[in-house]
Amino acid sequence: MFAYIVRRLFLMLVTLFGISVIIFVLLRVVPGNIVDILFDAAGFVDPADKANLERELGLSQPIVIQYLHWIGGLLHGDLGYSYVSEKPALEEILPRIPITARLAGLALLFSASIGIPLGVISAVHQGSKLDYALRVVSLSGLSLPSFWLGLLILMASVSLFGTMPIFNPNPKTWLEALTIYAVPAMAVGFRSAALTMRITRSSMLEILRQDYIRTARAKGASEASVNYHHALKNAVLPVITVIGIEAAFLIGGLIVTETVFNIPGIARFLVEALRWRDYPIVQNLVMFIAVVVVVVNFIVDMLYAAIDPRIRFGD
Amino acid sequence: MRSVQALAVAVLSVLTISDVSRAAEPKSGGIFRIYHRDSPGSASIHEGATYSMNIPFMPIFNNLVIFDQHIAQNSADTIRPELAESWAWSGDNKTLTFKLRKDVKWHDGKPFTAADVKCTFDMLMGKSQQKFRQNPRKSWYDQVDEVTTNGDYEASFKLKRPQPALLSLLASGYSPVYPCHVSPAEMRTKPVGTGPFKFVEFKANESIKLTKNPDYFKKGLPYLDGIEFTIIPNRSTAILGFVSGKFDMTFPTEVSIPLLKDVKSQDPKAVCVVEPNNVSTNIIINSSAPPFDNLDIRRALALALDRKAFIQIMFEGQGDIGGTMEPAPDGLWAMPKDMLEQIPGYGPDIEKNRDEARKLMQKAGYGPDKHLQIKVSTRNIAVYRDPAIILIDQIKSIYIDAELDVVDTAQWFPKIARKDYSLGLNLTGNAVDEPDQSFYENYACGSERNYTNYCNKDIEKLFDQQSEETNLDKRKKLVWEIDKKLQEDVARPIIFHARTGTCWKPYVKNVTIMSNSSYNGYRYEDVWLDK
Repeated sequence: MFAYIVRRLFLMLVTLFGISVIIFVLLRVVPGNIVDILFDAAGFVDPADKANLERELGLSQPIVIQYLHWIGGLLHGDLGYSYVSEKPALEEILPRIPITARLAGLALLFSASIGIPLGVISAVHQGSKLDYALRVVSLSGLSLPSFWLGLLILMASVSLFGTMPIFNPNPKTWLEALTIYAVPAMAVGFRSAALTMRITRSSMLEILRQDYIRTARAKGASEASVNYHHALKNAVLPVITVIGIEAAFLIGGLIVTETVFNIPGIARFLVEALRWRDYPIVQNLVMFIAVVVVVVNFIVDMLYAAIDPRIRFGD
Repeated sequence: MRSVQALAVAVLSVLTISDVSRAAEPKSGGIFRIYHRDSPGSASIHEGATYSMNIPFMPIFNNLVIFDQHIAQNSADTIRPELAESWAWSGDNKTLTFKLRKDVKWHDGKPFTAADVKCTFDMLMGKSQQKFRQNPRKSWYDQVDEVTTNGDYEASFKLKRPQPALLSLLASGYSPVYPCHVSPAEMRTKPVGTGPFKFVEFKANESIKLTKNPDYFKKGLPYLDGIEFTIIPNRSTAILGFVSGKFDMTFPTEVSIPLLKDVKSQDPKAVCVVEPNNVSTNIIINSSAPPFDNLDIRRALALALDRKAFIQIMFEGQGDIGGTMEPAPDGLWAMPKDMLEQIPGYGPDIEKNRDEARKLMQKAGYGPDKHLQIKVSTRNIAVYRDPAIILIDQIKSIYIDAELDVVDTAQWFPKIARKDYSLGLNLTGNAVDEPDQSFYENYACGSERNYTNYCNKDIEKLFDQQSEETNLDKRKKLVWEIDKKLQEDVARPIIFHARTGTCWKPYVKNVTIMSNSSYNGYRYEDVWLDK
């Protein structure tokens, strides 16, 4: 198990190094930089002023020097300064992380707590009206874009209650605090819940046909014990994979949800930073997201190994 | 019975009158909540070229003079003193002297003096050691030779030649006075002003907060305790926020005509106004390369435009047709209608214009069997894309098949600068309804915003002539002549001038939306909430 963990950790570092190079190069391959955008917004260009600003921001240095400067700073905890706000990048990024983390955590919780039980129910009642109804719900979850669902929720909220759950940094009640995160989390988590439900259902159906399930029933185990103890434990492996992948994909979904619900998290901030070609923010944010994805994958791998020992021995 | 009725009427009348008088008496307090359409690049108005900066940060500052904040049409007659107590032109109209107020303090407690005026305008003219990161309106002060001070409370602008427009330029929301003792870098992040509101914080992509300046030199003002701008780039969310009462006002001039209907249907009590914003939608033409190096093709293009159709499709008829200067009645310098209609392409008979255009195209070698293939480039923003699509449809009628080339904002200006386009769909905003600003910025040879490098020395002489003219009637005639020539030269064909909406809750008092500029009306010192 120790060798397995060391191997995985080494792979993590190699992956992160690769990502840092890709992010850095891709950002500079995309045409236009912050100076172009600032001067474009002014509809004005004085080549001397432009050159001065490029020099001031370090954009006129060779790309390798710029990369080494960034990585060197990163290793010392210096993320540089935002080109737009002129504040330390860390100061801009840090307060936004808990907001997105809460939203993503709630969305994943919603996805797992709705998707897994409904998937089990759907599998156990295969072919029943309930099964068909749940399958329709899951299909609609996969089909509805989260931005559309988000807008629909906002419109319904305004029409029915005369208010809307958009972000408020200082909620007055715990209910408001819950609402401003829970409603967007549901909007973004609905698709993941639908996917989790479908995977759980198909995995459960496969397991429920196994010999050992028949044996458990023959030995007199209760239906609940068969379904939730014997079957679900074995059916949950692909579900963990899906939830792990969804955690990574969630950032994409959160960009839209944070925009619709006006949540000042890192996903929306990333898009804005990209629009301004604010390299220090984009580079560090993408690196942060990459670290999260790599770590989540590492945890998923560890969970695999813990749940199914064949994986660690076979690896 | 009659006497009872009369008494009831009398009581009701008294109640109503007292209610009205109560409503008319300004109340202090409350936070004015507005949503903001995007996150401004910085807080320094002098370094910006978008009203996304003026709206939240104008309440922090004062100008020497300002357009009256409650007269919708900005003009020389509506200029009021602000940091200046008075102003006077010298006999030769080459020196403009301001007597300054003595009771003004910066938000950090330091006194405001004439040195601050000199610092600000020296920096704008590029004459000081400290430099702005960007200085987009440097050309406004091209005719200013120097700014001098006489003691702490008098400042003079000495001009190279008479320029009556200078006072209007100084009255714009783009012309605040900055403190000498605060660096340009600090002004981008933590601006210090003398205005009715102090800067509290600017969280990029989140919010901008201002608080009441209790030491404001206008006693009793401002009425509001503060102003909060919540940045909501998603227009649907923002409008729903306004309807649900999260905001007291929409972002000024940002509600489109179709959206205005939605707002009124969901919130019938909302007060909504539609005003022109002195932004023209126009075509930029690369006349330095084929096919538009051919004057006939450029003229054919101008003749093919059905301006009314653009306005009908995009604004349900609520837009205006004109030349470079904003159309009447809101625009001060608009050509008379009969003069406008004499310009090729502006006549009411569209089919006749297009017949003429087709003849010009045939003369240039194109026709029903040989269409000209081009690209129409524009920025990837709806207000640019939508008219570009209509333009493509209209020029089909003169044998031009165009493809839409959507360009990322970051690439738009570099692309135009390297002349990598044939036709472009462009928007031009004017901060002040003033020919000097519009002509020199957009059409003078070599000027920075003259994207097409249009250069006509004869017209440029007329620019100077009108700029020096102190007789208003004579100046107007010169401006009309210039505008007509610019259109006839197909310098930058103007398609239309847009109108846009602003809504606020009925309890918001003293808001005036300007009708010939979107940059000048946001001091908000006497706005109050009747709650």
